[in-house]
Amino acid sequence: MCLAIPGKIVELLDTPGVKMAKVDFGGVFREACLEYLPEAGLGDYVMVHVGFAISRVDEEEAARTYQTLREMDQLADLEAGELLEDPHEVP
Amino acid sequence: MKYLDEYRDQRLAATLVDEIRRTVTRPWTLMEVCGGQTHSIVKYGLDELLPAQVELVHGPGCPVCVTPLEMIDRAHAIARQPGVIFCSFGDMLRVPGSNGDLYQIKAEGGDVRIVYSPLDCLKLARAHPERPVMFFAIGFETTAPANAMSVWQARAQGLSNFSLLVSHVLVPPAIAAILGSPQNRVQAFLGPGHVCAVMGWSEYEPLAERYRVPMVITGFEPIDLLEGILMAVRQCEQGRATVENQYARAVTRDGNVEARKMIGRVFEVCDRAWRGIGVIPQSGYRLRPEFHAYDAERIFDIQSVHATEPEICISGQVLQGHKKPHDCPAFGTQCTPQTPLGATMVSAEGACAAYYNYGRHLVQVSR
Amino acid sequence: MQDFALSCPLPITSRKTIVLGHGSGGRLTAQLVHDLFLPAFDNEFLRKLDDQAVLNLGGARIAFTTDSFVVTPLFFPGGDIGKLAVHGTVNDLAMSGARPLYLSAAFIMEEGLPLDELSRITASMAEAAKAAGVTIVTGDTKVVNKGSADKLFITTTGIGLVPDGVAISASNARPGDKVILSGTIGDHGMAVFSRRENLELESTIESDTAPLHLLVQAMLAAGEIHALRDPTRGGLATSLCEIAGSAGIGVEIQARRIPVRQEVQAACEILGMDPLFVANEGKLVAFVAPATADAILAAMRGTVEGRDAAIIGEAVSPHPGMVLLKTEIGGSRILDLPFNEQLPRIC
Repeated sequence: MCLAIPGKIVELLDTPGVKMAKVDFGGVFREACLEYLPEAGLGDYVMVHVGFAISRVDEEEAARTYQTLREMDQLADLEAGELLEDPHEVP
Repeated sequence: MKYLDEYRDQRLAATLVDEIRRTVTRPWTLMEVCGGQTHSIVKYGLDELLPAQVELVHGPGCPVCVTPLEMIDRAHAIARQPGVIFCSFGDMLRVPGSNGDLYQIKAEGGDVRIVYSPLDCLKLARAHPERPVMFFAIGFETTAPANAMSVWQARAQGLSNFSLLVSHVLVPPAIAAILGSPQNRVQAFLGPGHVCAVMGWSEYEPLAERYRVPMVITGFEPIDLLEGILMAVRQCEQGRATVENQYARAVTRDGNVEARKMIGRVFEVCDRAWRGIGVIPQSGYRLRPEFHAYDAERIFDIQSVHATEPEICISGQVLQGHKKPHDCPAFGTQCTPQTPLGATMVSAEGACAAYYNYGRHLVQVSR
Repeated sequence: MQDFALSCPLPITSRKTIVLGHGSGGRLTAQLVHDLFLPAFDNEFLRKLDDQAVLNLGGARIAFTTDSFVVTPLFFPGGDIGKLAVHGTVNDLAMSGARPLYLSAAFIMEEGLPLDELSRITASMAEAAKAAGVTIVTGDTKVVNKGSADKLFITTTGIGLVPDGVAISASNARPGDKVILSGTIGDHGMAVFSRRENLELESTIESDTAPLHLLVQAMLAAGEIHALRDPTRGGLATSLCEIAGSAGIGVEIQARRIPVRQEVQAACEILGMDPLFVANEGKLVAFVAPATADAILAAMRGTVEGRDAAIIGEAVSPHPGMVLLKTEIGGSRILDLPFNEQLPRIC
């Protein structure tokens, strides 16, 4: 329950009644309703579920947590490197 | 695709798996609530990568599985009525009622249409003013804002031929029902990321506290799920029981305030029956009285359609994590790999179909 | 053991009427063929269930095939029903290694079909036939009442000549074979889906409809081919399952090696669909002798239709009949025949 995909707002549409935007999902475009994200604007990434933007992607938060994961990854590499007895052995 | 591809990184996945392995000292049983999460676990073969001590049981997170038989039958009754344009998400097409499924109804002449968004139904209603257009509004809280907007807009546009058949279900009461069961084995939850994007996570705090069970609000991609599992087992190992947010890029504690306002305008909480579980009090949404003109249950003559669920069977226990599909006596006999097994099935791939396949695979391939 | 009633929403397997799923190319279709058509017509050729039959006629080996085209809309990005009909028939023949020669084309037209649409389609067919080096030598026309056909149905038959020494059939695949995919998957199905009513997506996705006989010739010249399939409805996964089942072999595929265009991937993400089960109309999957795999791959990459070819896996002895996919993150999952046509989902 809840297939929502991240996409980038590339155009705000002049639709009567409901606030709509054109969203770019990796090269495929679809309209999405922006009524639930009144502050969302051009260039923002949003999560879209059944044609509605339900939340904004917090890009700083994403970068931060992804960085933490990457550091975990590099640390694991370092540790693996230290544990190697034979420096020519590939982990 | 940005914010998708990076969460499918193989190296990061391996790192997270290693970290999970280093963290667990004893067996833990985790439940992922959402069908989309189950789907992802199956699609990427995630649970196979986890250390044996971490057991994932699949929760009741899928409308295909939890929509009660009676509601399916009522939907089918409407679809059979001449002139009706019956709109639905693709998920519901092949769910059988007491007498066939929507494929069959289509074969018999019913006008059954798949839509991507409930707003598409409004377009149909405008294009065919002389015909009733009905939308089968199933789903968790994630879909409620969309369904609410369709009714709100129908009213604003003066559409008199549009209606919803509402079968919304809510996650927190389901979790409470699972945790409240004396046979509960679940020690931590991976919470539903997109439900919480809408609703926030404050409703889960009292649950975590009351039942002393960690809840990690988790996304849907492999890296999200692995990170969520790591956070959950860390809490388990440390004896903590709080709500944490793995899916911070899309979820905040308050969720989407505008969406919740609209849900509150259009829907009210009610009791709902869950297939395989039974009635869970205050676990669904229905249309508020001021929107009864859009309520398919009142517009169409279906009040007399009743269905008795067969006795609560193992599928209910599978749903609640008490049993695994291969505990079911029908597993592999009445229920074959071709027919997804158990009510925890999600689409044609099916969590349980995949379980069966995985089991079959284990038998044939020694690792 | 206590008898209990199942509450599970299992899909219906035995039906009294034909439903759309019977035409999806998946399990329901297979069931229908197996339970109804095979027993009725039973013979050694049909039992092979290849895309074509290879018949011995007066010393020549003739490949013979038939196909029907019912696509909606009639015109879609990258092609139309006519072009599809020519390429689809040529490809069914090409999957046996045959040189396609002659086609027939029967038109069932719905009353009210605009003549200019029919005209455009016919012109497109003529062009496709000429480009593929085949001749449409006979045909038929029928008109049915409005509502009795979805605008236009085209049924074709095709005849080709199989060169000496070429024995390609699903059942010939064997453990050790390399599995080569000729290019990106999901293009055709998503091109059509993105134009379906109520699902409209704006994209540059185009059908990949193309004739593959020259690609197959190039492959035959470079190495040893055991099995070929063009993964149409039901997608790559279905073709792999069919070959695994026919040959009684296991198949192991690497998800990372399968080429998918970004837009096709994106469209699938939005609709919740899996490219592995989406139709293709200009691709083939080949099971080839391992010693010749690299040479075949190089030859394929030298052609337009095979420019994105990739080795995606291999045939193995363990788990016969089962196709295992190694996923992007290193897990594995079993690919099975889909039950019905794949539909967009929100779950």
